[in-house]
Amino acid sequence: MNHSRSRRNPTREPDFPTAKPPSPGGSSGGGAGAAMRLIVPLQGVVQGRGGLILGSVIPGALYYFFQLYLKRCRSAKPNSNPPSPSSPSAQLADLSRSSSRSNLSSRGSVGPVRVSARANSIAKPNASPYYIGLERASEDPYDRFDNPDGIMQLGLSENRLSLDLIETWILENLERSMIGGADGNLNISGIATYQPFDGMMEMKIAVAGFMSQVMGTTVSFDPSRLVLTSGATPAIETLCFCLADQGNAFLVPTPYYPGFDRDMKWRTGVELIPVHCRSSDNFALSVTALDQAFNQARKRGQRVRGILISNPSNPIGNMLNKETLYSLLDFAREKNIHIISDEIFAGSTYGSEEFVSMAEILESEDFDKDRVHIIYGLSKDLSLPGFRVGVIYSFNTSVLAAAKKLARFSSVSAPTQRILISMLSDTRFIQRYIETTRERIQKMYVAFAAGLKQLGIECTKSSAGLYCWADMSGLIRPYNEKGELELWDKLLKIGKINVTPGSACHCIEPGWFRCCFTMLAEEDIPVVIKRIQRVVET
Amino acid sequence: MSLSEIATNDMHGENSPYFDGWKAYDENPFHPTKNPNGVIQMGLAENQLSFNLMEEWILKNPKASICTPEGISQFKDVAIFQDYHGLTQFRNAVAKFMGKARGGRVKFDPDRIVMSGGATGANEMIMFCLADPGEAFLVPSPYYPAFDRDLRWRTRVKIHPVECTSTNNFQITREALEAAYQKAQEENIKVKGLIITNPSNPLGTTLSRETLTSLVSFINEKNIHLVADEIYAATVFSSPRFVSVSEIMDEVECNPNLIHIVYSLSKDLGLPGFRVGIVYSYNDDVVSCGRKMSSFGLVSSQTQHLLASMLSDDEFVDNFLMESSRRLAKRHKTFTEGLVNVNINCLKSNAGLFVWMDLRHLLKEPTLEGEIALWRVIIKDVKLNVSPGSSFQCSEPGWFRVCFANMDEDTVEVALKRIRTFVGKGQEEAEAPTKAKRWKNSTLRLSFSSRICDEAVMTPLMMSPHSPMPHSPLVRART
Repeated sequence: MNHSRSRRNPTREPDFPTAKPPSPGGSSGGGAGAAMRLIVPLQGVVQGRGGLILGSVIPGALYYFFQLYLKRCRSAKPNSNPPSPSSPSAQLADLSRSSSRSNLSSRGSVGPVRVSARANSIAKPNASPYYIGLERASEDPYDRFDNPDGIMQLGLSENRLSLDLIETWILENLERSMIGGADGNLNISGIATYQPFDGMMEMKIAVAGFMSQVMGTTVSFDPSRLVLTSGATPAIETLCFCLADQGNAFLVPTPYYPGFDRDMKWRTGVELIPVHCRSSDNFALSVTALDQAFNQARKRGQRVRGILISNPSNPIGNMLNKETLYSLLDFAREKNIHIISDEIFAGSTYGSEEFVSMAEILESEDFDKDRVHIIYGLSKDLSLPGFRVGVIYSFNTSVLAAAKKLARFSSVSAPTQRILISMLSDTRFIQRYIETTRERIQKMYVAFAAGLKQLGIECTKSSAGLYCWADMSGLIRPYNEKGELELWDKLLKIGKINVTPGSACHCIEPGWFRCCFTMLAEEDIPVVIKRIQRVVET
Repeated sequence: MSLSEIATNDMHGENSPYFDGWKAYDENPFHPTKNPNGVIQMGLAENQLSFNLMEEWILKNPKASICTPEGISQFKDVAIFQDYHGLTQFRNAVAKFMGKARGGRVKFDPDRIVMSGGATGANEMIMFCLADPGEAFLVPSPYYPAFDRDLRWRTRVKIHPVECTSTNNFQITREALEAAYQKAQEENIKVKGLIITNPSNPLGTTLSRETLTSLVSFINEKNIHLVADEIYAATVFSSPRFVSVSEIMDEVECNPNLIHIVYSLSKDLGLPGFRVGIVYSYNDDVVSCGRKMSSFGLVSSQTQHLLASMLSDDEFVDNFLMESSRRLAKRHKTFTEGLVNVNINCLKSNAGLFVWMDLRHLLKEPTLEGEIALWRVIIKDVKLNVSPGSSFQCSEPGWFRVCFANMDEDTVEVALKRIRTFVGKGQEEAEAPTKAKRWKNSTLRLSFSSRICDEAVMTPLMMSPHSPMPHSPLVRART
């Protein structure tokens, strides 16, 4: 029996440039270190810390030189080379161009081949520790028997605790689930041909039923309000395309899921405005802070189109209560903006608290449903990220109409729909699955949090999610982002565990780390704790 | 509550006549026994001729499915796999298949294969990678109508048609390309590239070696990109054989960073429901960028796993390609000969799932209105959903695209019979011109919703999770 191991190609390292980017000053610890020195002050600007001058000059210079570069590119003849910048701070502008150019220089081409600005912006390596850590861990993945010195992956919030239940269900329900029937009655036209781009009706019914079950049957979901997409990633991008124009913004409470930065901003041109939450009130969301951020945006001339919340929260793991949801609705109503509620972890709860979906709140309200949209998916609660099933659930018929048309770019594969229709319709199995998963997550959480506590590391009290939000601020020196990233780096290189540092999640307080524990087995927990201990004690 | 500009503009293109016929079909779909007078769907380019070959393979290879006792051991690894590089075996298998579809004359590198959400997603993604808002791509007309949406809607890239006419069998000429390029320059629009469909949709022809060479040197000279949409590569059923742009690259001086191929399994294998789109680029930056963008349209790992097995089975693939070609050739012959018998000619074609039918002689007037009028008659009276050339931006009225591979032989017969009847009637009515005017006031509306782009929701009552799929899934709405 294979031990579950990620199938990432261990030899691939696609994104690191061949030339080291120049660092603005000081000795560099390597490419990643240099990138940090660029990113950290920028993040400091975003979070309102760091040298004001440094924080204004660098982005200003970058922006200016990037615009200059673009302008020259447009007017230059195809054969001419772009002008080399002459001032020192323009070296930073090189950072965005060097990696794409280094690949082309060996080709002996007639002139520079221009790809889009969008492609250029992503050509440089992922500077965020979130992505760097994921890459490193996948290149050298830990395996208890085959690779005990490998990197333990605690940076990917995936639930591998209950896949055995699904496996068993499939084995016991083969005639219903597979696309090669044992009775020989396979009709491939049922899955091979074109299906509605936003999902087959049977699939929508099945998913709506699952969502209801997973959220505690306190609310029912209407299948006709669903648009299915190939994962939650395109779901949230599609929703952004529907709700906002280029340059518009969404308010997002921090800390938030690092993937939002790419998924929501990249191709849409939409901005994310962080609304900072603090540990002093358990990272609770305050409407005052939202209001402040909204007004500041308005002063800057930036149009806010909505608020994005994740409930249960990633990376904290807490849930929004009814009062907070009501006040959010009031706020949105007052400002006439949308609410996107990312509820992808709704079924991964383990505390005594009950999850309350936005949909439940709206059942008791007769108006204002038009501004609320829910994102869901089967990657977390059902442990099937590979199958690519995401959901946009909206009460707004215009949004649904637009999203349905956009779903053609990211539809769910038909054979996958067939299997899931069968599985999700087996409500008794689903009930058992949900309950068992919850128990297993809780067990792991308790063991993991206790282990961390032995090292003097406290986690916020959370009741959902596949991770805990650990306070390692006592272990970082200095008490700032630099210190936090140094600890992250040590944990990765020396401790050989990949966790997600709070700065990647835009957390305003340094020293917090998200540690996902549902990819581990119980036996692995002491190993993790020992490794952290090793790092802590050096 | 206001939405975005993208959500509220009509770039989705559903007001185009290409989709209009769907409504008539949706309301009255043909079924051989239950609705023999319904509208026959001849506007959907789907390949249903070789399903049985795949069914047999799947039954014989239970290990390929992770939902069988033989395959279940792979289940966990597949279920959690969401790496945007894709399963290695999948990429290897697709690269091999692409090579076979080109007669083994080209070898494809699995590391350059990037996934996307169907060919639709692939076309959009390559635009995102190559062009910025406001920049343009040249597209030879007539072209696949959904390009207007797929290439432009969210990317905000423009399309500039390169006109091709029947005077030279709709071939792309250097003059036409230069003219289109010039025109864009004059309008101060930056041309980023040229996108071609080879084999062509809607023409069904493959580009000759000379034309392809000329295209490659054109883009190389102008230093613009070439995107070759080759999704019909394996639907070639007669000579001349298919020449891919990847073959030309070795023979002609060109910068490989400019060459990109869009591929899919929807047409060659007849698996549109699987949503497998591929972008293959010779440009490292595009591969790298595309990989990250593929997060917005990854292929389900379960599907990857199944296809990895299927496409690695050399014997199956070789036999499939041969047999599928043979069946397409036969169907094409039956259909075109039936048309010739009533003096209807089609553009001579050697590929694709459709023919480009010449009905210019049946137009009351050689204009767009004449074409639409004739088309309405075909939908309403002849009860065939065909696609009018105007929806493909064809500059000459009177051409229609008719798909023939999405039905069984009996249905083809029915369609031919109806055409025969119509043409016979048409000869009578040529002597009674007053009747023509009535058609212009036809109640067939231009706004619509198709089964594919449908906003209306089928009621749950019609859908049972265990409903057996009838012959054509499109008929599901009625049964």
